Amino acid sequence: MDDTVIRIEDAAVSYREDVALRGVSLEVRRGEFVGIIGPNGAGKTTLLTVLNGLGKLVHGRAWVLGGSVNGRNTINLRKRIGYVAQVQNIDPRLPINVRETVMAGCYGRLGLFRRPKTSQWQAVDNVLQMVGIAHLARRPIGHLSGGEYQKAAIARALIQQPEIFLLDEPTASIDPQAQREIMSLVQLIHKEYDMTTLLVTHDLKQLPSICNRLLLMKEGWIWGQGSPASMLREEVLSELYGSPMSVSTETTLRYS
Amino acid sequence: MGIEVLQYQFMQNAILAGLLAGITCAVIGVFVVTMHLSFIGVCIAHAAFAGALLGLWLGFNPLLGALLFSLVGAAVIGPMADRGELNPDTSIGIVFSLMLGLAFLFMGLMPGARGEALSLFWGSILTVTGQHLIFLAITTAVIVGLLVVFYKEIQAVICHRDVAVAVGIPATVVFYGLLFATGVTITASLQSIGGLLIYSLILNPAAAAYQLTYSLKRMLLIASVFGIISCWAGLAVSYVLDTPSGASIVITSSIIFGLATLFSPKRKVKQWRQVQPAG
Repeated sequence: MDDTVIRIEDAAVSYREDVALRGVSLEVRRGEFVGIIGPNGAGKTTLLTVLNGLGKLVHGRAWVLGGSVNGRNTINLRKRIGYVAQVQNIDPRLPINVRETVMAGCYGRLGLFRRPKTSQWQAVDNVLQMVGIAHLARRPIGHLSGGEYQKAAIARALIQQPEIFLLDEPTASIDPQAQREIMSLVQLIHKEYDMTTLLVTHDLKQLPSICNRLLLMKEGWIWGQGSPASMLREEVLSELYGSPMSVSTETTLRYS
Repeated sequence: MGIEVLQYQFMQNAILAGLLAGITCAVIGVFVVTMHLSFIGVCIAHAAFAGALLGLWLGFNPLLGALLFSLVGAAVIGPMADRGELNPDTSIGIVFSLMLGLAFLFMGLMPGARGEALSLFWGSILTVTGQHLIFLAITTAVIVGLLVVFYKEIQAVICHRDVAVAVGIPATVVFYGLLFATGVTITASLQSIGGLLIYSLILNPAAAAYQLTYSLKRMLLIASVFGIISCWAGLAVSYVLDTPSGASIVITSSIIFGLATLFSPKRKVKQWRQVQPAG
């Protein structure tokens, strides 16, 4: 039985003169956890946006969950994909609280003309409990710290009951403790729900313990892929980032 | 103001127009303020003004001209702001100055006396006709009805438009719907408030409510009350002091905004935060 949930063939994306993706092909099986790393401008975020139809292909094709992306069905496809973007700047005076923000995750599935039921609000409270921010439920969304905001974003994606989970640098711009909490949460969700997960990150420390497969991207190409053990080596990473890197025994990576 | 003035038809029309314009402008203002679309709104207001003057010049209904221009303005400005071919401020600024230029051009080409054209500058709530009231009432009912029906989608778009798209909400349709609703509201209120002043009635009550609550539903209610108070108090001031009604309404709404800012609980939070040690 074919359990491929994502298939991309020779995909190219460009933003005016800049080519963000060049001939990318990729297959992801159901339940896989794929880490995506690479220097800035490598096309990592663009690859994720191709999968939920936010990025427009200028060449090639993409299928997700059996349907063609960029087709008429894209809006329905998005309802089945949880997407956590990088930390956003939210106006601290915005009159919308955390609970309402998380509930927005299921508005797509709920459809027009329908209001959320009590059971759905209860589900939101349960998810907030799970990600550890139940005490912030009534707080304005713009008052959260970076780490708290990302937990709310993960909760919003979870309430969608997605089949695919896309995370775009969820630990960027937040403190180390919050980074660890977010990565543990992502790992827990993957195991608990056996959810196909694609994670873009610069946090190389925690990747080996989470990923089944690692994609290395550079200048819009998939530059390499394989198991974390085979990819997280000094010579590979130094060439990928164009700068000497060292790998410690604790798989901690740093520029040297 | 003597109570007997309320017996006159023109005053009853003015009070009703104030109620309807106050609610509609404030509701639209909540979207404009929370989505940071102030400059886009100003631009659409001037497009409506230019369209109304074109109607006067060519001899068709100025409200039809205002409606066409404001809808076309929204349809042009939205993609310009979205696609980022230029900085949104630059592209919207260009359209804004073009609309103002067209308004003055149409006024300059207009033959004879320009009293009616000038009245579109500052409006007159005391001369609102039954036909205008019907248009305003329909606009209010449609805007409030759409708000009730699509509240959750609008709230999601206000919170974060890209996220709303990502969860499968037709966010682009909602966004353009709000721009078109802004155009229709401005057109419907043009006669009573005036082309140059209407935008203050959209912005001020909503901006005042923004200072006072962290609940979107409460903000919509407070803004509507402020909008109605602005219109009715402005109308009373205009009657008592014999000042232009549109200007009186706008100044009243500005005073409400000033008071709300002064006593804003959000401002106190900000001040408290500023004295906290970093880290």
